[in-house]
Amino acid sequence: MSSLSTPDGRAAARRVRWPGRAGHGFVAAYATLLVAFGVVPTAYAIYFAFTDAGANFAGLRNFVTAASDFRFAAAVGHVALYLLFWLAALVVFVVALALLLHRLAARGLSRALRLLYYLPGALAGAASVLVWLFMLDPAVSPVSFLLRAFGFGTFGEVIAIDHLPVLFTLIAFWTGAGGWIVVMYGALNTISPEVLEAARIDGAGGWSTAWRIQIPLLRKWIVYMVILAFAGGAQLFVEPQLLSQASVGVAGRDYSLNQLSYDFAFQNNNVGTAAAVSVELLVVGLVVAGVFVTRSRFFDAD
Amino acid sequence: MPTDLRRPAAPAFSPATPGSTARRSGPSRRRSRNPLPALVLVLFLVFFVVPVLWLVLAATKTDEQLVHDNPLSPGSWTALKANWEALTAYQGNVILVWLRNSALYSFLALVITLCVAIPAGYALAMTEFRGRRALLIATLVVMLMPNATLVVPLFLELNAVRLIGSMWSVILPYSFYPFGVYLAYIYFTTALPRELLDAARLDGCSELGVFRRVALPLATPVVALVGFFSFVANWTNYFLPYVLLPESDQFPVQVGLGTLLNDVPQFNPTIGTLAVQRPVLALATLLAITPVLVVFLFSQRFLVAGMLAGATKN
Repeated sequence: MSSLSTPDGRAAARRVRWPGRAGHGFVAAYATLLVAFGVVPTAYAIYFAFTDAGANFAGLRNFVTAASDFRFAAAVGHVALYLLFWLAALVVFVVALALLLHRLAARGLSRALRLLYYLPGALAGAASVLVWLFMLDPAVSPVSFLLRAFGFGTFGEVIAIDHLPVLFTLIAFWTGAGGWIVVMYGALNTISPEVLEAARIDGAGGWSTAWRIQIPLLRKWIVYMVILAFAGGAQLFVEPQLLSQASVGVAGRDYSLNQLSYDFAFQNNNVGTAAAVSVELLVVGLVVAGVFVTRSRFFDAD
Repeated sequence: MPTDLRRPAAPAFSPATPGSTARRSGPSRRRSRNPLPALVLVLFLVFFVVPVLWLVLAATKTDEQLVHDNPLSPGSWTALKANWEALTAYQGNVILVWLRNSALYSFLALVITLCVAIPAGYALAMTEFRGRRALLIATLVVMLMPNATLVVPLFLELNAVRLIGSMWSVILPYSFYPFGVYLAYIYFTTALPRELLDAARLDGCSELGVFRRVALPLATPVVALVGFFSFVANWTNYFLPYVLLPESDQFPVQVGLGTLLNDVPQFNPTIGTLAVQRPVLALATLLAITPVLVVFLFSQRFLVAGMLAGATKN
């Protein structure tokens, strides 16, 4: 077993070389879970996606069924539009707010604001959707004057299907942005003060320091955020699902791909097509994650 | 907690802790009389805080007050008590069953996660074994892939092994937590001196003994961190239990909120006698988030460190 070594020989030399057994012992439980709840479901999804109800090989038929379903193209469009809004809002506002907080002279205030911005993160999931159902209902909303100013007098008018990408962006931003602001702020703190001082001496104002120095140095963090937000956003489920409940199926039914997969499996009893949708989402997730892990050098795997 | 060991964890664990170097100088000193930044910060403060505030206040009102009073005015203890009674009367105290389920699932999954992820992160960081690199890359990839993709396939798998309806059908998938393994890996790589392990080995410690007597006692910060993230992720998960647990008395509170929502007449006019008033739903939402909120408030330091742990080790 002494021939074991990684491509990075130096790191391997520093690491103690044992007979592999002890290392395997420590990771055995984790590897088991990885196989049971990572690998097997993936394999299962692929198996079902390529077979029909009688367990015969179906080629791409399930994928064709999914793609030709009238709800499929719409769902792809919905999710794409939502992702566009969500990622744009995230990048622009998270970076801007982190920069503003970092410039704030009063450190205590900056810290308090970060915590308050982060607080809604505790309401992730169903709770955030319920809160926003209230926020968007002109009858009870604290911002009903705003909703009415936009010309929305009833809950039904607010949640019209064209508004949903923006509304889901609001919800996702409300729960998720604070955490990323904290991350970006921390990343800003890693930029050496000398660099910023030098920029200041060279006459750079706040705006050009941010634009020419801080934002370029934040780039890998922004990419990291976009990747995770993209992967998470493509999985949209709880928001439209609860919204469709709250509007008696008027808005949000079969809105996202995950909902469609769910409905194929549990309403239409069509496991193969459900699995085909899952496989498509999986491929997107895997490709994005794989490219990021192998190309970005963000995670130094050794 | 061995505070001196938190330091070597830099950069992954220290950049945002108080006393970081970046705060004495920098652009913050610049006098800027532009009111726009302050305005933006205040606007976003309102955006983030008002809904939370509204939720807390709504639980103390009657439905009548909710509609007619100022949205940010407090209600009364009487109304709060009435809402509590209406909530607990719903399906014979089912809210408490849901909360108990959430606590049970999250806690059991947390324990398993810690028992699995900490040793795995340790082995990936400090030992050499066949398949180590592959396991590490698989962990990173799965970590970046949201688990919602696998929910429907998981249902098919668990259905095949007849686990649907058992509480283990959610606890076991929850326990698979690659992000926790990654956090532990980063922590051990950056914070645990190898000399310490070698010294213990020279003293005749077995490999298990080295882990248990040397590495584990030094791992308190990362145990807390992994525990926190795992707990919050599991407590707030909706899709997985929604699909895997069919019976109402097995729901965690997140799924339970959906059931309550179905019985609010303003959102679902078809509902008849079971009607749930809106303040009751607000109170249920508040109860559902309280545990996470409390954990949030008491663990800011850990949070910041953990969210920065995606940083490279250089």
